[in-house]
Amino acid sequence: MEIADLPICTSYRAKLLAAGYSSLASLSAADPPRLARGTSPARRTAHRAPPRRQTLPLDSPLRPPTPIAAALLACDEIARVGVDLNIEIPEAEDILKVAVCANKFKGADGPSSVLKGSQNAWDMLSDEQSRKHINTGSGDLNNILGGGIHCKEVTEIGGVPGIGKTQLGIQLAINVQIPVECGGLGGKAVYIDTEGSFMVERVYQIAEGCISDILEYFPHYQDKAPSGQEKLKPESFLADIYYFRICSYTEQIAVINYLEKFLGEHKDVRIVIIDSVTFHFRQDFDDMALRTRVLSGLSLKLMKLAKTYNLAVVLLNQVTTKFIEGSFQLTLALGDSWSHSCTNRLILYWNGNLRYAYLDKSPSLPAASAPYAVTGKGVRDATSSNCKRVRVM
Amino acid sequence: MANKLVSEMRLPPHLAHLLAARRLTTAKDVLSLPEVELMGVLDAGIHTARAAVAHVSEIACPPYQTALALLESVRLGGGGRLATTLRGLDDALSGGIPVGKLTEIVGPSGIGKTQFCLKLALLATLPECYGGLNGRVVYIDTEFKFSSQRIVEIGKKSFPQIFRQEGLAQKMAGRILVVRPTSLSDFTQSLEQMKVTLLQHDVKLLIVDSMAALMSSEIEKSKTGLRQHPLRWALSFLKSIAEFSRIPVVVTNQVRSQSNDDGYHYSFEVEKKGDSNSAEKFESHLVAALGIQFAHAVTIRLVLEAHSGHRFIKVAKSPMSPAVAFPFTVESSGIILLSDEGIDVPGPEITSIRCQGENVLAR
Repeated sequence: MEIADLPICTSYRAKLLAAGYSSLASLSAADPPRLARGTSPARRTAHRAPPRRQTLPLDSPLRPPTPIAAALLACDEIARVGVDLNIEIPEAEDILKVAVCANKFKGADGPSSVLKGSQNAWDMLSDEQSRKHINTGSGDLNNILGGGIHCKEVTEIGGVPGIGKTQLGIQLAINVQIPVECGGLGGKAVYIDTEGSFMVERVYQIAEGCISDILEYFPHYQDKAPSGQEKLKPESFLADIYYFRICSYTEQIAVINYLEKFLGEHKDVRIVIIDSVTFHFRQDFDDMALRTRVLSGLSLKLMKLAKTYNLAVVLLNQVTTKFIEGSFQLTLALGDSWSHSCTNRLILYWNGNLRYAYLDKSPSLPAASAPYAVTGKGVRDATSSNCKRVRVM
Repeated sequence: MANKLVSEMRLPPHLAHLLAARRLTTAKDVLSLPEVELMGVLDAGIHTARAAVAHVSEIACPPYQTALALLESVRLGGGGRLATTLRGLDDALSGGIPVGKLTEIVGPSGIGKTQFCLKLALLATLPECYGGLNGRVVYIDTEFKFSSQRIVEIGKKSFPQIFRQEGLAQKMAGRILVVRPTSLSDFTQSLEQMKVTLLQHDVKLLIVDSMAALMSSEIEKSKTGLRQHPLRWALSFLKSIAEFSRIPVVVTNQVRSQSNDDGYHYSFEVEKKGDSNSAEKFESHLVAALGIQFAHAVTIRLVLEAHSGHRFIKVAKSPMSPAVAFPFTVESSGIILLSDEGIDVPGPEITSIRCQGENVLAR
């Protein structure tokens, strides 16, 4: 590993390189005071500047080396490089700590020991099998998705205006709250609205629809529930949706950064929905290269959140037209490099008079499509008898 | 929030000084940089950079609400709708044109878009007891189609009890402020001025008739490249006006004809659609003049169209409503529905725009 790859600040990096520390191995032989003062015996005489405040001689009893530095000192080879980094001891220690971490991360212990942070495929299989899914409301849709929206994964859902992206988003925010006894996750939802299309009256309706379905399949749920437990009410479903209204792409970046802390405080959140991930990035960006970098940074953060907090991330995306092979075709917005950043991709489209969903990308499931319907109660199977939308209010 | 100054964020001093020294003055400056670049600019380690990003993010992030709190505030606000007085449509939209959202009306020329807008403008000026919003209306008339005579006529026919009173007609019509921008820069200027004055002057409705006219004249001038930009800007701006002033914003959109069904299918659909009858491909059909990006951005889209001898108003996109169409006609009292019973429209037909049979000449 090279010094150039270490996550330290540029000026230190430049100093290290200038002083001849080019690889991690050479750094591991150094200790903080030496690094800080950086005077090899050969150069000590040449070093004319008076000793600086915090820099103490290597063997000074006043400043015992830190455990890490001690460990490093134990290295048999002590750097002979003459250095003058001109930095304080604590900072030199920081650099060494970073270096030690980087070394560990690289699995420097040798090939025999198991790679840190890895997990074998067999464990992953059982982990995947025990993982829960979020019901989309439509059985057919669940089938092509392998049970529903997966936790720990990022799923992108795109489609033309009016196809039902927001509806599906709201449905998921409600369905994630279905109690565990009824086969749900009993979690909470974070809804990040960038477009202003979140209509709370509609959320209320979908919550009512969800409750009536729960009571249909589990008629005794209310009786069985312990007396202390409150009855299923649309209000309590709504209270468990945390709603962020985002008005610019800066805020969108900010909210995703902040989620890390927010989710640490709200551990029962099981789904994060961004409706839509596209809007502000399509409106305000002129520098496309910057847009690509910022977006890929966002998607990495979202994947990390999904893994760390065991939750599903659902990104709604808009469509755009693209010139492919001599004709214009619909494709999801934000470009080709963005399309790599989601684990699963679901495209909603019209097929005849029915709404269909097509699983465009998935690491484990075959490409497939299935019809669904948007009813007064929310997203449901297209074939069921109540597929006609009930008039509102 | 995006332009919030870093100096006002009360960051730990060492971070604040570091950011200030690099001229990263706003949250936007800090957050637009990828982590690695930020490290480069700040000349700091990854922990410092991450801490800076985390701090700035937390402060720039708008506060959250629960959906329940949102519901309560909507209920307190009295639902927040501008009733169109077209009963069937109001039912479908659960009360009317929603406050705080962008509503688009699209249709071929002469179908009644402006008539619809005039009616909405009039309704918004009416006192609350007549179902109005009792406020001023800003009407941005880019096509020079606004007619005050017509407005008074609609008023006299549909609300005779109000307009018979002396002086009330004048009062109502006096509340409608018409702006006639001649170019896009004019338009953007008047929009910017407006943001400040809307709340002070008790403006309760903003209408842009039409959005497409401005854009298409501009597109001819500058061909490509910049052409999307003013539209994008105007879109975000109108949305933010709607949201922060808590008023409905209504924009109209024109149509243009497209000769085939290019741009209507995904690549994975091609095989299936490849052998669709070729006759259909040559028939031109109408699409909204402002493209798919605009369609994504509006919350509600109403399509006005004519076919099989009637005009129809369709709820083409709305998070609240079923896909229904209502036959309508334009009379001296303005737009009226022929039936309050909506016709359910299955499938993607709800978004198509047709103009056949009864059309402009029949009026």
